[in-house]
Amino acid sequence: MAGIYIHIPFCKQACHYCNFHFSTSLKQKEPLLQALLTEIEQQKGYLEGEELESIYLGGGTPSLLSAKELDLLFQQIQRFHKVVDGAEITLEANPDDLSREKLQALRKTPINRLSIGIQSFLEEDLRFMNRAHSAMEAEACIDLALEEGFTALTVDLIYGTPTLSHAQWEQNLQKVFEKPIQHLSCYCLTVEPQTALDHFVKTGKAQPVDEEQAAHQFERLIEASKAAGFEQYEISNFARDGYYAVHNSNYWKGKKYLGIGPSAHSFNGKSRQWNIANNSKYIQALSAGELSFELEQLTVDQRYNEYVMTGLRTIWGCEISKIYELSPKHALHFKHKVQTFMQAKNMEEIDGNYRLTEAGRLLADHIAMELFV
Amino acid sequence: MKNIRNFCVIAHIDHGKSTLSDRLLEYTNTISEREMQAQALDDMEIERERGITIKSHAIQMYYKHTDGETYTFNLIDTPGHVDFSYEVSRSIAACEGALLLVDASQGIQAQTISNLYLAIEHDLEIIPILNKVDMESAMIDEVSEQIMDLAMCDLEDIIHASGKTGLGVTDILSAVVERIPAPKGDVKAPLQALIFDSVFNPFRGVIAYFRIMNGTVRKGDLVRFVNTGKEYNADEIGILQLNQVPKKELSAGNVGYIITGIKNSKEIKVGDTITHSKNPCEEAIKGFEDVKPMVFAGIFPIDNDDFEDLRDSLEKLQLNDASLVFEPETSAALGFGFRCGFLGMLHLEIIQERLDREFGQNVITTVPNVSYFAYTKKGKELEIRTPSELPEATLLDRVEEPYIVAQIITKPEYIGSIMTLAMEKRGMMKKQDYLTQDRVELTFDLPLAEIVFDFYDRLKSISRGYASFDYQPTEYRQSDLVKLDIKLNGDPVDALSALVHREKAEAFGRKICKRLKELLPRQQFMIAIQAAIGAKIIARETISALRKDVTAKCYGGDITRKRKLLEKQKKGKKKMRQIGNVEVPQKAFLEVLKLD
Repeated sequence: MAGIYIHIPFCKQACHYCNFHFSTSLKQKEPLLQALLTEIEQQKGYLEGEELESIYLGGGTPSLLSAKELDLLFQQIQRFHKVVDGAEITLEANPDDLSREKLQALRKTPINRLSIGIQSFLEEDLRFMNRAHSAMEAEACIDLALEEGFTALTVDLIYGTPTLSHAQWEQNLQKVFEKPIQHLSCYCLTVEPQTALDHFVKTGKAQPVDEEQAAHQFERLIEASKAAGFEQYEISNFARDGYYAVHNSNYWKGKKYLGIGPSAHSFNGKSRQWNIANNSKYIQALSAGELSFELEQLTVDQRYNEYVMTGLRTIWGCEISKIYELSPKHALHFKHKVQTFMQAKNMEEIDGNYRLTEAGRLLADHIAMELFV
Repeated sequence: MKNIRNFCVIAHIDHGKSTLSDRLLEYTNTISEREMQAQALDDMEIERERGITIKSHAIQMYYKHTDGETYTFNLIDTPGHVDFSYEVSRSIAACEGALLLVDASQGIQAQTISNLYLAIEHDLEIIPILNKVDMESAMIDEVSEQIMDLAMCDLEDIIHASGKTGLGVTDILSAVVERIPAPKGDVKAPLQALIFDSVFNPFRGVIAYFRIMNGTVRKGDLVRFVNTGKEYNADEIGILQLNQVPKKELSAGNVGYIITGIKNSKEIKVGDTITHSKNPCEEAIKGFEDVKPMVFAGIFPIDNDDFEDLRDSLEKLQLNDASLVFEPETSAALGFGFRCGFLGMLHLEIIQERLDREFGQNVITTVPNVSYFAYTKKGKELEIRTPSELPEATLLDRVEEPYIVAQIITKPEYIGSIMTLAMEKRGMMKKQDYLTQDRVELTFDLPLAEIVFDFYDRLKSISRGYASFDYQPTEYRQSDLVKLDIKLNGDPVDALSALVHREKAEAFGRKICKRLKELLPRQQFMIAIQAAIGAKIIARETISALRKDVTAKCYGGDITRKRKLLEKQKKGKKKMRQIGNVEVPQKAFLEVLKLD
């Protein structure tokens, strides 16, 4: 089974750390929506008829769309794809958009899961990040969503900001743990190139992320979430009672996905392609019935590298048998290279399944790079 | 002979020499449109990219003058960089005239002046040309004044030209006929020909380019190279057009090539004299020198298994670049490699680049140094080409290092910062000469060791590009030098050792440690970087252990980018050298000295 991702490239304001593709001008919302509908039709064959077990609306800020606009997208998807019963249909939403009326309208759409960009419950922290919502809205929207009947909620939090002490980080986590929320994503603040934050760091207006603080908060996150009954099933993702995110997990399991919208990526098992990251050009091309994208055919080396990089991040780990299936030579390379990390207790092996230990998770990129060919 | 004109072009890099040469070739129909690659004379890829001529070449063209006569022009191209001044002097010796080409927007540069003086010394007729006069930034009056001053000519002698539009090309061709004297020489005298360049051809061996001063050479003659004393058969002689054109005979005044089946370029020395084995000339042409390398650096393969391949590549490079010398060297840190001698820093960079491009040899180049003379207490003299050769301090009587005299031409407003730089480099100002109101020539006495590394780059940056630089070696002088060792986690890294002046050792050590801290990637353990003189640690930096290295987000749209990022890191890692338990990037060995 496969999944569809739809990118909604609009935001009310730009968060200082964000390097995703978006525009803060809503002028092109109408034509873009049309282009999305056209692309869904045009790309109907990409998944080769595989049924959908997930639809994910990300951004940008998809909660800027009205329930009516969202319904148009779902109807178009259903015209060309079979969506299985109980499929996970997620909408990324910002707290400032989640009024009671909005939530009630969303309940009438096929959306059955909300991913709320809380990021922090601290005013100062939110201002540092230039988020559009307040600390009060952050807390209120979760209760509202629960009241309106959204049972599957996931919340995003960010740590490693200079405005977040260790104690405050624990408080942020406790706020989530206290609520009946089954899923949590926690991201370490990352200074991405060509973001406002990057500019501030370069000009000395902001401190670069303090590695020791980030490492400590990551370690506390691992411990505290475990104590609260959450399982760290991926570096930045935590779930209670097996409520893993279906859509996101499929990225790491190498399943097929179709990405709709500017900058969205698609993957069919052998090649990956990504649409042009420019709203006007995207709309223009589609209005002429064309799609602007770049494509890469993955070589065996690249497929191996991707499997190692994504697999290591998850509790599902890397199966030596799967690597062997891809290429026996790569399996030998892998087995040879993991020795150092097994000895250093950064990795462990159970029945041919290789995973990172808790200590290893702090160095996931470094270890993946070392295992690369 | 009266219809031959031999001349060269004296110009600074970027002043348009190659473009102007192209125009001359086009105008005389020496080269057709189809054959015309931009800058036809620079046929090495690196040359074209860097816009400089590394190896000199020669080309013959025919020009029909307004007097109805057809003239044979031999244009001898010259390299335009300080490292190759000997080759320039030999090219000049093969000519009767020189085109002095000056960029109207930049004015005369130091390099041009020293070559101009060389040409005047050899009694060459100078034809001054003001190039790029069509550019907006051209300073025609000011630069003309400089030219008149230096070339000792009148304003009307200066030809205005533009290599781009072709302006002035006919004036230049006429001036070559009318102003440059025809070569003199006796076609019946014993053969006396000057070798001014050589090239290596994989099929034909080494080809020498020469100018016949006296006598006549025929195909099949038995010839002798006076300075090497070796004899060969002239298998083929001929003239140089775009391709080689074989001839039965060539005589005094002409320029040509000779193929004798020589396989090793070391046997042909630029400046040598060719004569006949029977009836030889009485004396060799003056000015011959055995070119000695000025700068030495270790070149090591990244992977020790590639040592033999590297030797093979260096040998092949040496076939067409006799000025490259090398001998095997062993480094505790880097294993087996070669200690190579170069004419200068540019020469080093060119060799490194050619190894990479032409032979696929990815190498580690160590910190370059000059050659010193060490005298032991027992009175033994040792030539020191690498810091590890320096004897123990207790055995050492004294060390001598080479000095140079350097000329820098700049604008008056940069004198202060250039003086500061020269003083920091242990230099002494000897002279300050105003060439014009706006141009001043500074002469410094400097240790060569201080300019081999970042001197030129820093000179350019403090003068915003308005300084040109030239130097000549002078003598060896006693100096208080110490060996500075660098240790990584306690292990000395011989490839990072340097000989430095005692007074500067501490500051130097601190800077190197700091620079290494920037260059070395963090690892899963702490790395201590120390600088030491003997047993005494004079500086230390610490690289903390890698604490956290993990991407926050890795979803559908992140995977490709993240994978590429890690693949790039991995590629960089493959270019690292393990020293003890520390991984050192290839470039660190050379970059470590780029201190500012």
